[in-house]
Amino acid sequence: MRDGQVVKGVQFRNHRVMGDILELARRYRDEGADELVFYDITASPEGRTVDRGWISRVAALLDIPFCVAGGIRTVREAELVLNHGADKISVNTPALADPGLITELARRFGTQCVVVGVDSREADGHYRVYQNTGDPARTRESGRDTVEWVREAQARGAGEIVLNCMNQDGVRRGYDIAQLACVRAACQVPLIASGGAGAREHFAEVFEQAQVDGALAASVFHSAQLDIGSLKAYLGSRGIEVRT
Amino acid sequence: MPGPVAIIDGGGANIASLRFALGRLGRESVLTTDAALISTASHVILPGVGAARAAMDQLRAASLDTLIPRLTRPLLGICLGMQLLFDASAEDDTPCLGILTGTARRFVPEPGRPVPHMGWNQLHRRAGVPLLDGIDEGAYCYFVHSYALPVGDTTLASTRYGTDFAAVAGHGNFLAAQFHPERSGTVGARLLENFLTRY
Repeated sequence: MRDGQVVKGVQFRNHRVMGDILELARRYRDEGADELVFYDITASPEGRTVDRGWISRVAALLDIPFCVAGGIRTVREAELVLNHGADKISVNTPALADPGLITELARRFGTQCVVVGVDSREADGHYRVYQNTGDPARTRESGRDTVEWVREAQARGAGEIVLNCMNQDGVRRGYDIAQLACVRAACQVPLIASGGAGAREHFAEVFEQAQVDGALAASVFHSAQLDIGSLKAYLGSRGIEVRT
Repeated sequence: MPGPVAIIDGGGANIASLRFALGRLGRESVLTTDAALISTASHVILPGVGAARAAMDQLRAASLDTLIPRLTRPLLGICLGMQLLFDASAEDDTPCLGILTGTARRFVPEPGRPVPHMGWNQLHRRAGVPLLDGIDEGAYCYFVHSYALPVGDTTLASTRYGTDFAAVAGHGNFLAAQFHPERSGTVGARLLENFLTRY
């Protein structure tokens, strides 16, 4: 999401406009998506909060849960997003800067509301967390080990972890099964795989081999390469439980 | 055209999605603690976010703890609002409204079964009632909760999360759903529609 439109990049760069928010939200709702996540990467001028009016329009349209990520740095901003009708909020870079934010959010809104997004990639044989990934010029390694950070986030009240495997993002070669399985072993709350989905087999693999609770994808749906209804039918035929 | 649905204001934040869901069914709603409005509304919804004790304190502060059990119009408790209709909740050992019999208990977390119970899960019908008309056995609904009522006499549909719990309950004009109908796709919309048109 940027300035009212859905955009998608490749490995967090070169974002292209994919369509109108409400049109895409309606399409995914009707195709049978179980949940939608909106990453609001609208640039927020220093110290100012971005316009969240679009959240109410999405909330009025959707009859499935949705999560808003991006620019939530305080309890107040989170409250605004939830009051507009979002079901969950996801924090990423601000939680790395101030892990106490996770604790505060969980205390105020309950752990079920609080998703921690983790952008991670392998470096020298270790999985490391990256921050400011919405802006390539400012993206940098956070100094944190991914598994340690996932443990800390849960201890502080994260109700769900979205692990975005950056080296796979937007390239459609499949989820990073090894990394997801490694994090799964340390993650007791729902774990959502993100980054790399390019074919229906990739979804089956990530459920079967990394035991994730959910699979998130963007490019492959935005481009209409896969539709969610037939993807779910396929997963069901492979014995994976899906909502129909 | 019936008047607005009265949504009892328990001070919780996120009721926007519930109001939107009613709007999609063509119904206005009003968020209120006003006894006259609540007593005369065609339908009343008791939503619930947050903790049982705080919610009961809010109801008592507005004298709604004595009003709600006397309501004669259809009332639907949702999520924590369902639990409040029962005798008590183990959450902070809170006495509740005592309209339905039973005590909400906390789920015990197990590996692979975290608490809160959050996400889509299936309804298993235990009774044929208008509230469940058009809702298939095994239909998926969206849940977010840490406490639940055990299956009992008033259970209309159950869901399994480790053990079976009451997902839909009701007796007389008091109805309840542990899941969030406003976020449960067409299944949830059908339950809300049944509540508004068949009761």
